[in-house]
Amino acid sequence: MYIENTSETPHRVNLFVTCLVDQFMPNVGMSVVNILEARGIEVHFPSDQTCCGQPAFNSGFRDDARPVASRFLDIFEATEGPIVCPSGSCVAMVRNFYPDLFRGYPDELARAERLSKRIYEFSEFIVDVLGIEDLNIRKDLDATYHRCCHLLRELHVDEQPSSLLSNVAGLELKPMERSEVCCGFGGAFSVKMSDVSTAMLNEKLDNVQATGASTLIAGDTGCIMHMQGGLRRRGSDIQVVHIAEMLDPTSNLSRAS
Amino acid sequence: MQPATKAFNTAASRALADVRLQQAHEVVYNGFHHARLSAAADTDDWEAQRTLGKAIKDHTIANLDYYLEMLADNVEKNGGKVHFASDADDANAYVRNIAAQNDVKTVIKSKSMVSEEMGLNHVLEADNIEVVETDLGEYIIQLAGEAPYHIIAPAIHKTKEQVADLLAEESNTQRRDTAEELTRQAREMLREVFQRADMSITGANFAVAETGSIVLVTNEGNGRMATSMPRIHVAAMGMEKLIPSVADLSAMLRILIRSATGQRISCYVTMVNGPRAQDEEDGPEEFHLVIMNNGRDRLLQDESLREALNCIRCGACMNSCPVYRKVGGHSYGWVYPGPIGSIVSPVLTGLKDGSKLPAASSLCGACHEACPVKINIPRMLLELRAQTAQGQPDPAQRASGLGERMTWKAWRQGMMSRKRFEAGSAIGKLITAPMKRDGWLKNAPGPISGWTESRDFPAPAKKSFGQQFSERAKSNNRKFR
Repeated sequence: MYIENTSETPHRVNLFVTCLVDQFMPNVGMSVVNILEARGIEVHFPSDQTCCGQPAFNSGFRDDARPVASRFLDIFEATEGPIVCPSGSCVAMVRNFYPDLFRGYPDELARAERLSKRIYEFSEFIVDVLGIEDLNIRKDLDATYHRCCHLLRELHVDEQPSSLLSNVAGLELKPMERSEVCCGFGGAFSVKMSDVSTAMLNEKLDNVQATGASTLIAGDTGCIMHMQGGLRRRGSDIQVVHIAEMLDPTSNLSRAS
Repeated sequence: MQPATKAFNTAASRALADVRLQQAHEVVYNGFHHARLSAAADTDDWEAQRTLGKAIKDHTIANLDYYLEMLADNVEKNGGKVHFASDADDANAYVRNIAAQNDVKTVIKSKSMVSEEMGLNHVLEADNIEVVETDLGEYIIQLAGEAPYHIIAPAIHKTKEQVADLLAEESNTQRRDTAEELTRQAREMLREVFQRADMSITGANFAVAETGSIVLVTNEGNGRMATSMPRIHVAAMGMEKLIPSVADLSAMLRILIRSATGQRISCYVTMVNGPRAQDEEDGPEEFHLVIMNNGRDRLLQDESLREALNCIRCGACMNSCPVYRKVGGHSYGWVYPGPIGSIVSPVLTGLKDGSKLPAASSLCGACHEACPVKINIPRMLLELRAQTAQGQPDPAQRASGLGERMTWKAWRQGMMSRKRFEAGSAIGKLITAPMKRDGWLKNAPGPISGWTESRDFPAPAKKSFGQQFSERAKSNNRKFR
């Protein structure tokens, strides 16, 4: 529904890597680059980018979020073609929440609306824009998939990551109970209401561990940091990877010993 | 009811530590939530029915004054009396007055969340009137002296054993064991009160403007007995609970009942069209409808929060909510718990004191997905966070501390330039370098310390993506030269 032009495969995309991937999980960004370049798509990284403004917006500090979001518009308006982002949450911010952030600012509102038609979450871009459901890769692993909240319920992107993963040769996907239930991250919520967030995380990790899978796949960096941080604290050696890392032909993922 | 929304965090911690409560919460998800999902799956064009429900409520709330007048006119035409109450005190005074004028000794109640808002039971008891709840769940929590835990299952947190104790103590009889025996015991106890009650007080799941009817949805039949046996019937409703027509009622009942319990229809759906007419054999002699505002006009006036008035009180949002399922119904500190309560309670009782409620959400969107009238609850939680963080539009409602405000100012400075963004990260690396072990922190400093109470926190990467990408571009250029 956000596809501008499906008749032509884009040859060049702009990467919005997100502040968390940029600073904490750069490998996720490199995997996105590897996957796209392997399909002959040139990846442009606007090097001034920082953040979409979501952390301050979610905490209620809209006056602090707005200039950061406005700067995001400036940077990506200077580019042409699709914007690809390895985070459902950040795409949801631009697509679903910029209209609230810029309420009363008609100029930015119109700009945000135009830009929101160009931005895609990574798996959504591969399947809906490139029309690829099978990336022709092999990973000999057993894994389970957590359906991140904003990807699933804000963007309604669910089938795309599922079909990409189900077409990975050698990947044994183990179904998880309550895979659609939140891991308890929620940004500042995980710090401000740490005990509630932890109780939610514990339910999630119990369900993850009950699958017996060696690897947990998810589509959003915040959730990955949260679940990986919780698993480490439990002493579990389950590895948590972003879906882009799982789909990267050059990534070296193997069964945890 | 006196709000205790300020104490959310302490109440939540208590509930989290209570193993028995945590088990009870699972029933909400495994029972109600799954029942709703299968009812929705078994219903043709469920999504279209939700869209219709939203359209009916949007239209009603947009024309609220028009339909409220229509409702009041038609109730009066049917022989009933209507009182518009500006707040809980006003509503209580009206009900007390009816009771006093009619020398009422005993009141039976059918489930009403608005009467919980009013604290009506205590008000009448202070006048030496006996007040007995007749919805089994409400009766149990009345005996326990507690507030409802859930809007459609008020005693969901009580075990069978606790119920047995409460009923045995109240009836002064031997303790019963099985659910069947306990139900029979409650039925006997309540039947006796039904027979001598002078007045009944009910809520209203809907009021139909074009006919002046109120509609009660129950599974126990107590609503029908309460509206037909006593001499006086008083119904109390929030001013948003009306719909235009009987045709709308059929659409709304379909989504309400499926979303609440997963049933296609409840055991009883009662329509009350005012007092007994001259040619009728039963029904009350007097019928009063109390339509209460109690702060709802604040939701109505604020365009960004108005959608909260579309709520039909089915409980689906709390059944789907992973936060409710951990903290339980009492943590929210007022009549309405869960996601919709986190909007309604602060706005009705005080935003500043209630600022913890909109913060108590991971914004996972399960409530929005579950809502039969598609209320975008996460959007409104974010609105309330903005109103309390920044004190806009009302500076008196600002609940954020200076430290928090300064933190976000600093964050903003960092995000407004790539240089400062990288510099901020470099400082982060410097501070955390001595603490990290294979890239993770066990005890993070400052605002992140809450995280590391229970989770490891990742140290910033050695090289940011930005650095890696530009280094790679340079080396590629060399390769191809």
